[in-house]
Amino acid sequence: MELITPDFGLLFWMTLAFGIVFFILAKFAFPVINDMLKKREEEINNALEKAERTHQEMEKLQADNELLLAQAREERDKILNEARQIHDKFIETAKNKANEEKERIIESAKETIENEKMAATTEIKNQIAGISIKVAEKIIKKQLESDKEQLDYINRILEDIENQNQK
Amino acid sequence: MLFFFVKLRFIKKKYINEMKNIVLFGKSIHKCIVIALFIICFVLKLPNLVLANNENHNHDAECLTEEIETEKGKFNAGDLIFDHILDSYDWHICTWKGKHISVNLPIIVFDEGELYSFSSKHLHHGHEYVTQNKHGDDVIFKIPNHGKFEGKVVRVGSDGALTRPFDISITKTVCGLFISCTLLVVIFLLVAKGYRQRGEKAPKGIQALIEPLVIYVRDEIAKPNIGKDYEKYLPYLLTVFFFIIFNNILGLIPFFPFGANITGNIAVTATLALFTFFITHLTGKRHYYKDIFNTPGVPWWLKFPLPLMPIVEVVGCFVKPVVLAIRLFANITAGHIVILGFVCLIFILGEMSAAAGGAVSVVSLLLAIFVDCLELLVAYIQAYVFTLLSSLYFGAAAKEEHEH
Repeated sequence: MELITPDFGLLFWMTLAFGIVFFILAKFAFPVINDMLKKREEEINNALEKAERTHQEMEKLQADNELLLAQAREERDKILNEARQIHDKFIETAKNKANEEKERIIESAKETIENEKMAATTEIKNQIAGISIKVAEKIIKKQLESDKEQLDYINRILEDIENQNQK
Repeated sequence: MLFFFVKLRFIKKKYINEMKNIVLFGKSIHKCIVIALFIICFVLKLPNLVLANNENHNHDAECLTEEIETEKGKFNAGDLIFDHILDSYDWHICTWKGKHISVNLPIIVFDEGELYSFSSKHLHHGHEYVTQNKHGDDVIFKIPNHGKFEGKVVRVGSDGALTRPFDISITKTVCGLFISCTLLVVIFLLVAKGYRQRGEKAPKGIQALIEPLVIYVRDEIAKPNIGKDYEKYLPYLLTVFFFIIFNNILGLIPFFPFGANITGNIAVTATLALFTFFITHLTGKRHYYKDIFNTPGVPWWLKFPLPLMPIVEVVGCFVKPVVLAIRLFANITAGHIVILGFVCLIFILGEMSAAAGGAVSVVSLLLAIFVDCLELLVAYIQAYVFTLLSSLYFGAAAKEEHEH
């Protein structure tokens, strides 16, 4: 029977002890613990949110970067193309110019050659003429010892000259 | 406990002799092993033997009552178990070579408007304590061995009549209660200090041990059952949860400053239930009382002219804390009885025949260990159930009209 009969003294002490424990814990321990737990939870939530935000930002940044990269690549291609075009054009012009120059040089070279040739021919002609005349003189001096021959010869020459002139 | 030491030596001697015989005759090596195991188990199992039966064995010289003489030297499991389960005025630690080692706790009684306070050592073995009141008359106190006031401090009147004074003695349970309360407060103040110092950093040490439980009570018990007002009730729920689990576990430790059967005492659980009852009814909103006296969803003829439902509801209000108190008390007490029962089995059978005691000791021991583990679970479950039901009652009390 004693087992199931609450003892008054024990009820008294239990009320007192539990009351005091409850008071102390409810006043000094649990508010601190609960506040801190709440704060920590908020902190963790914030941190997670922040991480998520940062992650998104990172992704956005990466996308931006890729876009930029793509743009840059395009730009590069464009610049390269342009450079190639310019380069081609430059080479083309240079070639043309070089051709022109070449032709001009060839032309002038030809002209000079022609001139030189003419000059040389003239000189050769003159020399040949001189030599011929001298040869002729000698030949003639030797052959034209008779008058008749002299006359014939003179006539032939005249005829030749005349023919030449007529031509 | 020391009583058991003595007893153990005695039994050991018996067993050693028997063992010698067995070995000499070479009859059964198995038996020998069993007995050796038994002896080892005894040494290992000592913690559970702390709850010594001090009444029967060693008082021969001092205790002259017939009752005890007839039981002299006999092992009485019922006495042992109830000696542990029930409250007492001194805290018996152990018995060593026939001498009790116990803490004599103070007896404090009020009688006829006067306070008497003296050590319980004056009342051992039916001795009377004589003191004087302010008028100079003799006042006699004693603890009777039998009768209506068995085991309680009573005042012996001049005509020999026994009256029970107003008794607020620091008994074994009260002492254990003080110890566990002090520990509880110290631990939680340390934890709070840890939170204050470490701020929002991760918990450490004892803080990390307590924190999951605090979060569990808050998120799994308080929040879902109470609703938005849960913060108001949280300190009480946490206090109750930790108080119960703490005392349950300390009750399972069989060494001196612990091991008092606190949550297995009906007065303790009744106080806890009363706290829940008063908090429920003092914080109850109008809606709560309206539901009691005008229960919704019930046909009108159950309320008028005979207010059946209101009566049921009002009775329910008072039955709830009673059930709460009895559930906790019965669970813990039953657990202690079962553990002790298994341990006592060894001694009961050992007294009949050493071999039987030896044989049963292994099984008994394993079962006791199993029940001990089970009790750890029960310690938690009962704390959980008490807190859960309290929170349900609070939830009903705190409910607002529109939440229905």
